Amino acid sequence: MDGQTIMLLVFVFIIAAFLGVELISKVPSQLHTPLMSGTNAISGITIVGAIAACAINVDNHVLGMILGGIAILFATINVIGGYFVTDRMLAMFKKKEDKKK
Amino acid sequence: MEFIDFFCIFLYMIASVFFIMGIKKLGKADTARKGNLMSSIGMGIAVISVLISQDVFDGGLVAYIIIILAIAAGSVIGFIWAKKVEMTGMPQLVALFNGFGGLSSMLVAISQYCAIRGGSYAVGTDAFTSITLGLTILIGAVAFTGSLIAWAKLAGLKMFKKNITIPGKNFINAGILATAVIGIILYCIAPEDVLGLVGILVTTLSSLALGVTLVITIGGGDMPVIISFLNALSGLAAAFAGFPIGNTVLIVSGCLVGASGVILTLIMCKAMNKSFASLLFKTAKKKASSAAEGEHKEPKAMSVEDAFLILEAAKSVVFVPGYGMAVAQAQHAVKELCDVLEENGCEVNFAIHPVAGRMPGHMNVLLAEANVPYEQLKTADEMNPQMPNTDIAIVIGANDVVNPAAINDESSPLYGMPIVNAYEARTVFVLKRGQGTGFSGIENPLFTMDNTVMIYGDAKQTVSQLVVEFEN
Repeated sequence: MDGQTIMLLVFVFIIAAFLGVELISKVPSQLHTPLMSGTNAISGITIVGAIAACAINVDNHVLGMILGGIAILFATINVIGGYFVTDRMLAMFKKKEDKKK
Repeated sequence: MEFIDFFCIFLYMIASVFFIMGIKKLGKADTARKGNLMSSIGMGIAVISVLISQDVFDGGLVAYIIIILAIAAGSVIGFIWAKKVEMTGMPQLVALFNGFGGLSSMLVAISQYCAIRGGSYAVGTDAFTSITLGLTILIGAVAFTGSLIAWAKLAGLKMFKKNITIPGKNFINAGILATAVIGIILYCIAPEDVLGLVGILVTTLSSLALGVTLVITIGGGDMPVIISFLNALSGLAAAFAGFPIGNTVLIVSGCLVGASGVILTLIMCKAMNKSFASLLFKTAKKKASSAAEGEHKEPKAMSVEDAFLILEAAKSVVFVPGYGMAVAQAQHAVKELCDVLEENGCEVNFAIHPVAGRMPGHMNVLLAEANVPYEQLKTADEMNPQMPNTDIAIVIGANDVVNPAAINDESSPLYGMPIVNAYEARTVFVLKRGQGTGFSGIENPLFTMDNTVMIYGDAKQTVSQLVVEFEN
């Protein structure tokens, strides 16, 4: 990897970190659990890396391909499970008026 | 650069925007559900983008078959799991899913290493690539085994029930971490030789061990902090997994998760008045003796019938729930009691301490499940000024978060921790299973105060009995 690409990736990393801090620092405490499980689902983004890693190993390295496949499996559980469970939780948070209807 | 590469990066950009908007909306009660949906759309776009990328296309039919099968299996498992879990089992589930994310990132890095061994040019062998690959394994593995231990503790597996202490654990943890770092250095020296293989193996095994030794000594009450921390780690692992293949969407979204985890960790630490370092590195002190040992009083117990008579006359009631409410699964009974009290013309609120329960916001989720509207769920800061005007504070399965020693006893280990000032209410009911101390083993002077009465027994039964009394 050349120096320019490296600096660009590090740049993206730092900006994303600051953006994350700005986005999340004012979340009310009642939403802490959905926030955690929702971001937990996002950390399953590693599925993208898993798919790429599995594919580049197909012709060259069987173990790498298998490990990549297992990584896809677990990342998918993380993603799908995380999003559905968060949605289930958020569906329960209701205001007073909504409940009486 | 081929057109398809441009198109993929364009899609990654759209996906990142969806993640950012999604997290922003997730932070407000009215839009949270939409936010979660947006972030899941972002995830879908990112997955489609990688599926049409040149790398995967070059893998041919075999690659597509494996990928589709793995995604299908994972989707089914994840979906069923998410639908079936009880709300009381939520902390364990979040911990477990988090562990899966960490495991996946670790495997991605190892698989990337395999690609180098297999002669693929998709992953470089320069120092930056090697370091980030090693760090992905390190962080991912710690997130994986750490989350598994947290899951075991939260699920109440027998062998993890007691707090385990490791003598000299700081030295052991530092030693294991140093070994993992040495493994990364070995790998960086010769990524394509046997030395590199040894390095990868050393890093993987020692990092897996580190996750165990780091989390196993942490007690149940400190779980909200450690779960947030592990959440941050799994995000960071995903971000680092993006570096070796230069994938920006991994870096951006992983980093967003990392930031959110770190912020939650700090909020939880502040709510417990502990520094994160002290939680990880200090061994918990057992039973610090109270300074006011001389005036030892017995707590007053009261029957449910007598408690009902006081409750019937109350104009304002504040519930203070804790982990005990989750254990007794008393949230639905509490909601019923809340309804009959309101019918009786009484104002009912809930005062929820940030670290009540086993994960951030644990009590809010349980009470929301029982249909308590979220306007009634107040924070400790909101409720404390109103406490002196409250007729009855009902403490359900909470202990340390209502311990007045945190305010007035400098010798107490809890001193300085912000609490729910339940002791300021005119009368305090404490629903408790027996005369034990909380997870921290610290005496609670609230129980022996003049305005406090204890109602012993299972919290769910006690609350249900109170409801029955009202209905008669």
